[in-house]
Amino acid sequence: MAIEVRIPTILRTYTDGAKSVEGTGGSLSELIDDLEGNHPGIKGRLVEDKDGSVDLRRFVNVYVNDEDVRFIGGLEAPLSDGDQVVVLPAVAGG
Amino acid sequence: MLTLAQETYDAIVAHAKRDHPDEACGVVAGPEGSDRAERFVPMVNAAGSPTFYEFDSTELLALYKDMDARDEEPVVVYHSHTATEAYPSRTDIGLASEPNAHYVLVSTRDHGNSPGPVEFRSYRIIDGAVTEEEVTITPTEKSTP
Repeated sequence: MAIEVRIPTILRTYTDGAKSVEGTGGSLSELIDDLEGNHPGIKGRLVEDKDGSVDLRRFVNVYVNDEDVRFIGGLEAPLSDGDQVVVLPAVAGG
Repeated sequence: MLTLAQETYDAIVAHAKRDHPDEACGVVAGPEGSDRAERFVPMVNAAGSPTFYEFDSTELLALYKDMDARDEEPVVVYHSHTATEAYPSRTDIGLASEPNAHYVLVSTRDHGNSPGPVEFRSYRIIDGAVTEEEVTITPTEKSTP
């Protein structure tokens, strides 16, 4: 078993158009590193440097089993096989 | 070009007027790949601000799961500007993340919550490039029982 990751339209250029891909990792951070190995460039669209440490981009939402990861540890949110991860860019503007 | 039913156009304008002076936002969903804006879905502006809008993250997930289940995509993403023209701001352009969507901007700066005309314009926003497009309003067909 692996972790299913749903990819939004705007990031499908990194997944050859696939709407969902599989990855592995014990935390969101590990999963993102694993995704980067198979889909180079995707990590930079999900995380950014903030004051010297890496964090999720402000306008990218990531959900684990329907929970916004910001409420369950952010990049350190624990993952296990069979979890479903959804990535959605914020719909926002000024 | 964006084609919208009169009923949908009216619903977007009414939402923008109702939420003025805060920005209103929402989508019109339609069958994936069809470019048909069919299902009006007003959203709450979680920012509750006259200068910013953002879909609530939980409602955003629910919206996308719902569209997924119906094989839909956001054909229109709309929001209002309440003190400036109906043209995408720098923030709008930077955050636009639906390359297939028509970005509709409504400006309520002239009449606010009151009756009266609004500016209603539509754009494509792809990789930071803004292209305005024509908006065609079609009479709403009466549904047969």
